[in-house]
Amino acid sequence: MFAATAIALLVAMVLALVRLYAGPSLYDRVLAANSFGTKTVLLIAVMGFLTGRPDFLDIALLYALLNFIGTIAVLKFFRYRSLGDAVEEKAASRNKEASQ
Amino acid sequence: MIALLVEAASWTFLLLGAFLVLVGALGLVRMPDFYTRLHPAGITDSLGADFILTGLVLQAGFSLVTVKLFLIGAFLFFTSPTSTHAIANAALVAGLKPRHAVVPPRPPEKATQDEEAR
Repeated sequence: MFAATAIALLVAMVLALVRLYAGPSLYDRVLAANSFGTKTVLLIAVMGFLTGRPDFLDIALLYALLNFIGTIAVLKFFRYRSLGDAVEEKAASRNKEASQ
Repeated sequence: MIALLVEAASWTFLLLGAFLVLVGALGLVRMPDFYTRLHPAGITDSLGADFILTGLVLQAGFSLVTVKLFLIGAFLFFTSPTSTHAIANAALVAGLKPRHAVVPPRPPEKATQDEEAR
């Protein structure tokens, strides 16, 4: 039964990859990547049970944390073009333009 | 007897979760528009993941494994709506338009004129 769930998850991950490759806009790709990450978490958990080593759940938990942070980081980067303090850098560039 | 019932419930949850994840992935490919694609992603994130995790919890019994599974479930429960909202909000701010926009309702006098014309 774990094997059937794992195969279904793998097929779903391939479909998410299709959308990741074909997605017309950036946000389609981010959505597909986020969905792919959720499925990865589930697949790691199921594989842990399938192979009789539930210690894999620690890795799944770490993946869930990383997936969320990664999605938010990508979105922030594409909105502000910077991962640091965007406001300060904008002000700095404005000052540069004003001095020139 | 109880063990058999728990096993059957676990299988049911796992298969239902796998089915929902597949449906969500299929919708992610087949839906026509970014804003409509948010819905199948929501199916995968909420009900599919929770069903699969519930099935695993029923298999694990009472142990540390169950606590970890509950932690994963709670984390996905809070983060997946947050990230979906962040993606949708970023797309809206960036000016992405829905492909099949809903036509705004006509003013009433114009509608009645149209009906009279018919």
